[in-house]
Amino acid sequence: MFNISTQALFAQLLVGLINGSFYALLSLGLAVIFGMLNIINFAHGALYMMGAFCAYFLLNVLGINYWMALILAPLLIGVLGAVLERTMLQRLAGLDHLYGLLLTFGLALIIQGLFQNYFGSSGLPYAIPQQLTGGQNLGFMFLPNYRAWVVIFSLTVCLATWYAIEKTKLGAYLRAATENPTLVRAFGINVPRMITLTYGFGVGLAALAGVLSAPINQVRPLMGADLIIVVFAVVVIGGMGSIMGSIVTGFALGILEGLTKYFYPEASNTVVFVIMAIVLTVKPNGLFGRA
Amino acid sequence: MKTSVSTFALMAALALPGAAFAQDKNVKIGVLDDMSGVYADVGGQGSILAAQMAIEDSGMAAKGWKVDLISADHQNKADVGVNISRQWIDQEKVDGIFGVLTSSVALAVNGVAKEKNIVYMNSGAAASDLTNSACSPNTIHWTYDTYLLANGTGKAVVKSGGDSWFFVTADYAFGQALERDTTDVIKANGGKVLGSVRHPLNSADFSSFLLQAQASKAKIIGLANAGGDTTNAIKQASEFGITSGGQKLAALLLFSSDVHSLGLKMAQGLQFTETFYWDLNDGTRAFSKRFSERMKNKNQPTMVQAGIYASIIHYMKALDANGSNPHDGVKMVDKMKSMPTDDPLFGKGEIQPNGRKVHPGYLFEVKKPEESKYPWDYYKLVATIPANEAFTPLDKSTCSLLKK
Repeated sequence: MFNISTQALFAQLLVGLINGSFYALLSLGLAVIFGMLNIINFAHGALYMMGAFCAYFLLNVLGINYWMALILAPLLIGVLGAVLERTMLQRLAGLDHLYGLLLTFGLALIIQGLFQNYFGSSGLPYAIPQQLTGGQNLGFMFLPNYRAWVVIFSLTVCLATWYAIEKTKLGAYLRAATENPTLVRAFGINVPRMITLTYGFGVGLAALAGVLSAPINQVRPLMGADLIIVVFAVVVIGGMGSIMGSIVTGFALGILEGLTKYFYPEASNTVVFVIMAIVLTVKPNGLFGRA
Repeated sequence: MKTSVSTFALMAALALPGAAFAQDKNVKIGVLDDMSGVYADVGGQGSILAAQMAIEDSGMAAKGWKVDLISADHQNKADVGVNISRQWIDQEKVDGIFGVLTSSVALAVNGVAKEKNIVYMNSGAAASDLTNSACSPNTIHWTYDTYLLANGTGKAVVKSGGDSWFFVTADYAFGQALERDTTDVIKANGGKVLGSVRHPLNSADFSSFLLQAQASKAKIIGLANAGGDTTNAIKQASEFGITSGGQKLAALLLFSSDVHSLGLKMAQGLQFTETFYWDLNDGTRAFSKRFSERMKNKNQPTMVQAGIYASIIHYMKALDANGSNPHDGVKMVDKMKSMPTDDPLFGKGEIQPNGRKVHPGYLFEVKKPEESKYPWDYYKLVATIPANEAFTPLDKSTCSLLKK
């Protein structure tokens, strides 16, 4: 009896880790955008969805496979993000957070509405790439190869991003530009361009998560809307703007949610918010946030 | 001049009560559905189109009737559905509400329709409670219900050897009703239920639930959910090697829009029950051709959309037969119950005293990709469930309208 439940427990932990990788990738993008640019990017879910659609069209219209889509879709959507930043978000620099939130929320509604208008709500199928079909029998569970790939790949991307921002010179410029843009500009660094590129990068991360999720879920216009609220909770729990915080919290909450799905599945959609409420009561700046 | 005409009319009206010109031939109906959420392809814009086509095809305009159509999105939320219904009835003077996918919303609107005495013809919700414990003199439940799904798919699966089940159930009125009704059928046919797990509506990831189903070692994993939940579960079940591991999936509720979305490669071999398929006979094909030509995405109609069309056609017939006074909900529903139904989509049928519309059900199987010859050629008919077996027998209905 005990043996069976440990097996199930391992399985749920692993499944939680897989879902956590999506949370981590998405909340990382949000944290980068908020931490560096002070924008609460509500369009993140819509851009994630566009990443998945982008992969679908690359495959079905241009015949470009999953692996290329993994590079191309984030680039294309990232460029779109940069354009959005240049044409709209930049005008809100220096204003209250609420303006950016309203703008991106509106953008998300428009994008989702347009996609739903054209593609309906049930979604489009996207197959798992040939090389990653099948799975491994781990004894306590059957682990699909594709899911294992998702965990490894997103963990790598997350750590690379953390390293780039916290440990490299470029990251240092970026952090300095957030603290004091005027001074950094005085050193001859093109701050507005850096901000545009950073927004593009954060959006690219969202699109990357979208491509990763396309073979698992149906490619649906509302796939981002369903996820984004949870991801925001993850960011808030981790501490707004904390890069490592968002990664660790993303994975941790994925695991917690996985366990909830096993012990009390009815609450699996709400557990993240309960934790958010508790964390905010105890640590208003989030677990990794700086006061 | 104007005054004298109206005075004359008034005198005439007093002198000849019930004369022809006193007839009220204006009705307003509303289609209340999920227009933007997980079930928007099952109902949504197609539901509005089906209603428009029904009004046009009924020929009511030529008979002097004026039928107004309005529509709204209930977002799969019971409170939103109730608010819209109340506003429609109180301010827009709506006489009938049609559609209403999602059982939780459907049951809530059921209460409003009864309280305000309007006509409520549901096509889309599944919970058999609508004609049992929650039945109402204002309500007709048209297209299908959980009893039919359980008896169609559940019975067929158990009889073909699938005698141990594990349910993956959507955690709201619909999923619970479907699990309950299917469990009854499984037990009645000698099978057993090993367990179930309830997931919140609109879950993206089913791996946790599927692993639990896998660990149960049940022969059949019954999906008591719908729309995007079902398609995601089917897709991920194949990923987790559930079907290749010897367990079989039973999608208890599947719509043609779901099969279209999954693609035949993923959906092939699934057995499920519906009451309408666009390619069933000449009548359904003729309607579907007209329908898909007018749909922006060229989709074929789902059974829910077909049900909206057919229920409005029957309502219009009853309006015309009644001649006047279309605003009394209970009287209109009684009139509809007294008339046999006949339309090209569901064939001949009737409405039982508890509000249950009865017609045949069909057990379908999704074709293999190589069997599909033209767009939307998805189903093959496995068995027909005759009308008298498809729905809850009247002596087993718990509806309080039935005098026992």
